[in-house]
Amino acid sequence: MDFILKAERVSISYKIGDFKDIGLKEWVMRHLKHNFQVETFMAVRDVSFELYKGDMLGIIGTNGSGKSTLLKAVTGVMEPRSGSITRRGSVAALLELASGFDGDLTVRENAYLRGAMLGYTKEFMDKTYEQILDFSELRDFAERPFKQLSTGMQSRLAFSIASLVQPEILILDEVLSVGDGAFQEKSAAKMREIINGGAATILVSHSLGQIRELCNKVLWLDKGRQIAYGETEPICDDYAAYLAGQYEIGVS
Amino acid sequence: MLQKLKQNQFLFGELVKRDFAKKYKRTILGMAWSIISPLMNLLIMWLVFSVFFGSNMEHYVIYLFAGQLVYSYFVDATSLGMSSLLSNAQIFTKVNVPKYLFLFSQNISSLINFGLTLLVFFAFVALDGLPFTWKFFCLLYPTVCLIVFNVGLGLILSALLVFFRDMQHLWAILTQLIMWMSAIFYSIDAYSADVQRLFMANPLYLYIDYFRRIVIHGAVPSVQFHLLAALYAGLTFALGAYMYKRYNHEFLYYV
Repeated sequence: MDFILKAERVSISYKIGDFKDIGLKEWVMRHLKHNFQVETFMAVRDVSFELYKGDMLGIIGTNGSGKSTLLKAVTGVMEPRSGSITRRGSVAALLELASGFDGDLTVRENAYLRGAMLGYTKEFMDKTYEQILDFSELRDFAERPFKQLSTGMQSRLAFSIASLVQPEILILDEVLSVGDGAFQEKSAAKMREIINGGAATILVSHSLGQIRELCNKVLWLDKGRQIAYGETEPICDDYAAYLAGQYEIGVS
Repeated sequence: MLQKLKQNQFLFGELVKRDFAKKYKRTILGMAWSIISPLMNLLIMWLVFSVFFGSNMEHYVIYLFAGQLVYSYFVDATSLGMSSLLSNAQIFTKVNVPKYLFLFSQNISSLINFGLTLLVFFAFVALDGLPFTWKFFCLLYPTVCLIVFNVGLGLILSALLVFFRDMQHLWAILTQLIMWMSAIFYSIDAYSADVQRLFMANPLYLYIDYFRRIVIHGAVPSVQFHLLAALYAGLTFALGAYMYKRYNHEFLYYV
């Protein structure tokens, strides 16, 4: 069987020390003195993984371990500095959910705009808009400006739009914790449906319980390095031990 | 680029709708402002230069209006277009969308403004008793050049703004300078031939002049004039497109 998503020795860097940080005056001065250099900060180093149909990959790691950066490269928002990412299918990403919505537009307008950004067609949105309203339970709010919705409602809408399609690759960054208890159940059920439908999913979560329950593969990142990749249970056990201070990461 | 644009038609349409909704949000007169503000500008200029300074050029109102028409579209498109990339940073740092769409959609609303003002302009031309001839179809040429020029400049400015936030202030000053250099309310006939040629280096003046020649004098400009107009637009657009291509994945680091 062929992979749907493959990352090979991916490294991603951020620039620091460019004029964004030092200001225009300093930038010009350093150029004049010939000691201008841009430093790069490696947010992700040498990470590799493969996803097949129906796979669900959990990415774990402490804050600042490069999880979100890696996802940005998977969606194509960022370019890896080295290594390659191969996608064989459409990607739907839920990164930092409510951002990218426009507070002044109505729920309906936002739904269409987001749908368009995710690469759906107009016909598809016309067809699924009703479903989105039902799933997110926002029917009564359809013509309200988005900023009047509560944060939970906003996330519900975002989740509903991204999940009601059949993307080949679905990326979820800390989203399964959205909404109240009832909605969480519903979204978890929806997730399983998508996975069973053959999508490859990447889930970033700080809830180990969720990872153990949903994922069949785990990638553990620490300070951008790949600590472990593979079977869910042993890695989750190690990670839990590491968090409790009983496990040392082998420094390579 | 065009092929991609077709694929992104839906997104483009939604962005245009959004920009429109936001532009006229909570205004009572809404789109009527597109017509009112250039007319008010025209009135002010006419008062200052015709009534107080006593300019007695023939068809002065049309002369002024032609300048004002082109210039206000230019300022509207570039000033609004300039922030199109930065103000959509929330989107393009999260979703992989073609970044030039933000500028294009912003330009649509400026273009519609221009179209509405153009209609008012033609009404003024009729009122002034100037004849409408087949030559008016030639106006399509400078209009297309102007659109390409404005989009190109918008690409350049919006890319620059991401790296240098100072551009916003700088551009406000530069547009003033350009206004004074584009002979919007004065005539360059009194200058020497050399100075007159210098004005040709200003793309905006070129486009304004094209409108005036057709509408007021009923004369189609020379071939060189046409080539120069297209050259300015083409070069500007090419530079803008190059910058977007070159820095496509760099913008993210600076927002």
